[in-house]
Amino acid sequence: MKLRKNVAVSEVGLIFNPVTGESFSVNPIGVEILELIREEKDQNQIMQVLLEKYSTDQATLENDYADFIDILNHHHLIEIHEETKD
Amino acid sequence: MKKRKINIGVTGLNAIDSPGPGVSVIRALREAVSFDVRIIGLSYESLEPGIYMHDLVDRTYSIPYPAGGADLLMARLEYIHEKEKLDVIIPNFDAELYPLIKLEPKLKALGIHMFLPTLTQFEERQKVNLNDFGKKYNISVPKSKVIYDLNTVHSLPSEFSFPMIVKGKFYDASIAYSIEQVKTFFNKISAKWGLPIIIQEFIHGAEFNVTGLGDGNGNTIAAVPMRKQYITDKGKAWGGISISDEKMLDMTRKFLRNTKWRGGFELELMKNKDGELYLLEINPRLPAWIYLSVGVGQNIPEALVNMAMGETVTPFVTYDVGKMFIRYAWDMIVDREEFEQISMYGEL
Repeated sequence: MKLRKNVAVSEVGLIFNPVTGESFSVNPIGVEILELIREEKDQNQIMQVLLEKYSTDQATLENDYADFIDILNHHHLIEIHEETKD
Repeated sequence: MKKRKINIGVTGLNAIDSPGPGVSVIRALREAVSFDVRIIGLSYESLEPGIYMHDLVDRTYSIPYPAGGADLLMARLEYIHEKEKLDVIIPNFDAELYPLIKLEPKLKALGIHMFLPTLTQFEERQKVNLNDFGKKYNISVPKSKVIYDLNTVHSLPSEFSFPMIVKGKFYDASIAYSIEQVKTFFNKISAKWGLPIIIQEFIHGAEFNVTGLGDGNGNTIAAVPMRKQYITDKGKAWGGISISDEKMLDMTRKFLRNTKWRGGFELELMKNKDGELYLLEINPRLPAWIYLSVGVGQNIPEALVNMAMGETVTPFVTYDVGKMFIRYAWDMIVDREEFEQISMYGEL
């Protein structure tokens, strides 16, 4: 999984898709996840970073993470490759 | 080095809620790096705001409506030319293109240059011809049907599903969700703009526009795609952002290559949820948001003037993505004498 080419994410959480012209805002944790995706970390690595940093349990985090990825995918902000789907 | 000065006549000074492109075109021309300008406004109504923008427009002359015929227009332009020595005219309304295309050789003989589509290009892209245009140039367009008679409306549901778009031949479009609404819009639009009425398939999706410039030989001189971000109740973009959609640019290049379009244009596009692009309309002139093209690094009005003057223009290849335009309304204070001057004497 990776961020689509040229998708811009600002430090304060504004995402701009230059192909569609759409803008979205995400909270600081969203920015953190997007940064980890940009670094090409897989789901396990991302979950590990977040579990260490925030007081939450694995099941809740997995659900929230899956929702977030679904939304990113729905808006064509990320590319998910089947063979490396994580 | 002193730049040459070009006298340019510009129409479309109606910077209102459904704005003409004139004021934006003039702002672009004032920022041209290859020439200086004297701007001659050409107006139809005394309350067109551009007439009173003296920092943009040096002098304005009223001109007759296109419906008055080409001869009347020619006589007025000859008078204006005598006084102002016009080098170029940039028309900014669809309706004035027809007489001006006809007058192009006569105006050229006087030394007035334009850079307009040919009559065939102008006619082919008319809304009533969109189906044929799509077939001829292999460009996806929404299915449409031209109707002249209210009685034929009842057969539409066998060909189109609701909602469907009811369009006037020049302006206006409404979304109809029932036969009753189709009838209402048919009557309303035909009363204002005449027949025929165009019924068009409704494409669900996001609206985009591309403005640009074709050299008349199939080459793209400029192209800037934009997503409408803020749309008025008249469907006009009040805010937009430049984007980098390769599919859109490909469609634009294909349009220019296949039609050999000459002059400025605006493509109105719709992208459905599957990412398929449909060409809804081709406006045969620069759009009101043309100043965004200057903001992103392609001064299209400047390039158009240089092409009209017969110069070779290097095609633009890049532009800034993610630049926005946000339109605003501005109240000017105008002395009654100025209004009187343009109303009574047709000059200001």
